[in-house]
Amino acid sequence: MVASCFLRKCLTALAGLLLLSFGSLAASQIEDQTEQFFRSGHTNNWAVLVCTSRFWFNYRHVANTLSVYRSVKRLGIPDSHIVLMLADDMACNPRNPKPATVFSHKNMELNVYGDDVEVDYRSYEVTVENFLRVLTGRIPPSTPRSKRLLSDDRSNILIYMTGHGGNGFLKFQDSEEITNIELADAFEQMWQKRRYNELLFIIDTCQGASMYERFYSPNIMALASSQVGEDSLSHQPDPAIGVHLMDRYTFYVLEFLEEINPASQTNMNDLFQVCPKSLCVSTPGHRTDLFQRDPKNVLITDFFGSVRKVEITTETIRLQPDLGNMESRYKKEWMDEELMEPLKYAEQLPVAQIIHQDWSGHHRIFGIPGASKHFSVIMIPSNTLTFSEQSPLSWRASPQVEDHCRNQS
Amino acid sequence: MGLLSDPVRRRALARLVLRLNAPLWALPVAWLERTMRSVGLEVYTQSFSRKLPFPDETRERYMVAGTNVYGILRAPRAASTESLVLTVPCGPDSANSQAVGLLLALAAHFRGQIYWAKDIIFLVTEQDLLGTEAWLEAYHDTNVTGMQSSPLQGRAGAIQAALALELSSDVVTSLDVAVEGLNGQLPNLDLLNLFQTFCQKGGLLCTLQGKLQPQDWTSVDGPLQGLQTLLLMTLQQASGRPHGAHGLFLRYRVEALTIRGINSFRQYKYDLVAVGKALEGMFRKLNHLLERLHQSFFFYVLPALSRFVSIGLYMPAAGFLLLVLGLKALELWMQLHEAGAGPQEAGGASGPGPPLPPAQSVGLASLVAPLLISQAMGLALYVLPVLGQHVATQHFPVAEAEAVVLTLLAIYAAGLALPHSTHRVMSAQAPDRGWMALKLVALIYLALQLACVALTNFSLGFLLAATMVPAAALTHPCGPRPLYAALLVLTSPAATLLGCLFLWRELQEAPLSLAEGWQLFLAALAQGVLDHHTYGALLFPLLALGLYPCWLLFWNVLFWK
Repeated sequence: MVASCFLRKCLTALAGLLLLSFGSLAASQIEDQTEQFFRSGHTNNWAVLVCTSRFWFNYRHVANTLSVYRSVKRLGIPDSHIVLMLADDMACNPRNPKPATVFSHKNMELNVYGDDVEVDYRSYEVTVENFLRVLTGRIPPSTPRSKRLLSDDRSNILIYMTGHGGNGFLKFQDSEEITNIELADAFEQMWQKRRYNELLFIIDTCQGASMYERFYSPNIMALASSQVGEDSLSHQPDPAIGVHLMDRYTFYVLEFLEEINPASQTNMNDLFQVCPKSLCVSTPGHRTDLFQRDPKNVLITDFFGSVRKVEITTETIRLQPDLGNMESRYKKEWMDEELMEPLKYAEQLPVAQIIHQDWSGHHRIFGIPGASKHFSVIMIPSNTLTFSEQSPLSWRASPQVEDHCRNQS
Repeated sequence: MGLLSDPVRRRALARLVLRLNAPLWALPVAWLERTMRSVGLEVYTQSFSRKLPFPDETRERYMVAGTNVYGILRAPRAASTESLVLTVPCGPDSANSQAVGLLLALAAHFRGQIYWAKDIIFLVTEQDLLGTEAWLEAYHDTNVTGMQSSPLQGRAGAIQAALALELSSDVVTSLDVAVEGLNGQLPNLDLLNLFQTFCQKGGLLCTLQGKLQPQDWTSVDGPLQGLQTLLLMTLQQASGRPHGAHGLFLRYRVEALTIRGINSFRQYKYDLVAVGKALEGMFRKLNHLLERLHQSFFFYVLPALSRFVSIGLYMPAAGFLLLVLGLKALELWMQLHEAGAGPQEAGGASGPGPPLPPAQSVGLASLVAPLLISQAMGLALYVLPVLGQHVATQHFPVAEAEAVVLTLLAIYAAGLALPHSTHRVMSAQAPDRGWMALKLVALIYLALQLACVALTNFSLGFLLAATMVPAAALTHPCGPRPLYAALLVLTSPAATLLGCLFLWRELQEAPLSLAEGWQLFLAALAQGVLDHHTYGALLFPLLALGLYPCWLLFWNVLFWK
């Protein structure tokens, strides 16, 4: 009897030990997964897609923009978070033998116009001024909501531009140009107003790499379809429609994006490999020195989609605030204060060096300072949290999480 | 001149025709209207009439009247702001019936497409180019040539481009394209490139000036053939005639071409489907245009369909020729000043008064008379033939057209006798230097005229410069007078025209005998006068009022006593 009791005790102890070990293993797994939730630091996604050229023979630029629109919408960004600017109406052009369609593949395989395209800026509204106002937020009060970029400091923004360009400029509507300096300044205004968390800039024009040469704000990654001195070429003409349908770079980007679904883990390094010189004839380029994270840790869906991460668990997770990270963030803010002198273009601030020093392996963990609270891991839905008041110490949890937390304890 | 060389028969026929007052051939207007309407076009007609200055061979009458029929295919989804024209000029010989058939077939096909952004006008004209001119004048609301035409009921917007078709058979072995227009105007080179692209795409055989494209440019044959084509184009452009309906469109800055189907003895023939496909392709490309054709050259000469010589390359040649005249004038000016200074020094010791003004006044007086008389001669050459045709037919057994031509030649030859009469007007006090002043003025006059002509119609300017400049520079009263006289006569405008006709037929590999050449020359003279009055061609007034008086001045210089 005593032996069986002892055996039972041993068994329960063993079982308890095993459960504990499993539990701790599971808990550590859950904790790893939880940490992965907050890898990117953004809570909502926006897209600004701009086609700058008009006239029937620039059909391919509209098709480019609509292909990216289609992918971005398919991966989850809603129309309310997409600002689509098309400088001309190709679908309803009298020369279009298939009205209300815009094709990206010849033999009319893929109609990127679709049934529910929502164009926000159309025809002559696509101007440099309107584009810069959209980016910087300096919009007259009468502008409808669909024409505004209502991003906050937790927004990842995708900016895609296509049209005719040259060394250092992009042509709008055959009548005006935007220079790379203006664009860099607009992005700096966005950064100073905390209108983005991270920004992906893609441009498909001739000599596109010249447009991202002048960026000097942090957290920007840029891709271009050709280097300075090279022309971006168009892909294929359709004999029935009579024009070139797509540009090469965007054609292969579209093919790449068609493989992406909201759950895919493809990262930016794969996007950099899209359209090598053998297919594109021009040399695509990219710039990542202003970006804090390693591109191989950046998912495609961080910019092209708006992914709702859901993990259901029955465990309670203890989230530890990362004090080391908080201290480094304090230091970063202090350093930002120090560097408030006016910047000249001749000597650009080596932002790339500055943002990559002093801390490494940073990741934010949502936590409440000073106390640890238990709360089950909840869904953090993106695109529902938009802050109009940006706080520099944005490691503070959202009000909804706080409420939920308060209810728990 | 064929049937009409016998004056009796001619008069009888003319009276018969005029009494009948029936057209020899008429356009089936009602049938065309019905057919176009059934295809789905908006159909309108326009009637016109014109009083010719003298009845020419083809029409045999003074009053020419006709009806144009045109149908407009409206663009389904665009505002009617721009249009394209497909025109078929029909004439009394009805050699263009197949082209009307192709036009109707194309109209039916185009009607079923939805991608037209411009309206398309299908135009069938009567009386060949007279109808085209009447339609164009009414469309643009101008009246350049004195045509009486009824206003157009239907319009379609600004015309961007036009194509004229001439087909006499339903199978063709090759397509010939004509680019030279009225007064040597040319369409934008892009339109020709468009035609050539579709010839290549459709595998059609296309010719320029009736000559095939040389394949081998490395040996001598290729460039030689190119040179022949180039000379043919120069001769055609210099004549200033509209070589097809397209020539009249160019005046309104509407780019236009004429495409002729040739049915020769080749084995491989194309049917009208192939021609229609090429035309459809050209119209679709023109439909895609957003602006008028302006990117390519407007002034060029063509050695082949796929090669051209631009104005920057050929203008220096004319410039150098005219430089000869300028240098010669400069030499004469310096000689005049030396001669003026010489007697001045000699007479300065004797008399206090300056001897130069009297010499100058004598110089001026001796200049004015030849100038005025030559210009009056030119005016007579311009005005008298048409004015005096009735007087001529009353006194001589000739038809009106012949009367005009023969009066022209008579006045021209009368000018050769001028120096004898001119010298009676002037007193014998004209010194030796008088001819220098006259030649100086004549050289500058010729250089100015040729420069202006070369700017607008390079071929004409270059041709006249190449022939007249050597003779004008060499003319000298002292020296072998018969030789210089022969040279001057051979390079006079009329002789140049005769020579060009022989050269033209020689290049086309249909050489003329002397008698045929003379007949052709007379016909060309009549045609030149007629073109000037009906279309506003400028060759006849230029030669009569500008170059002939200038040439007469040189003739005067040669026979200076």
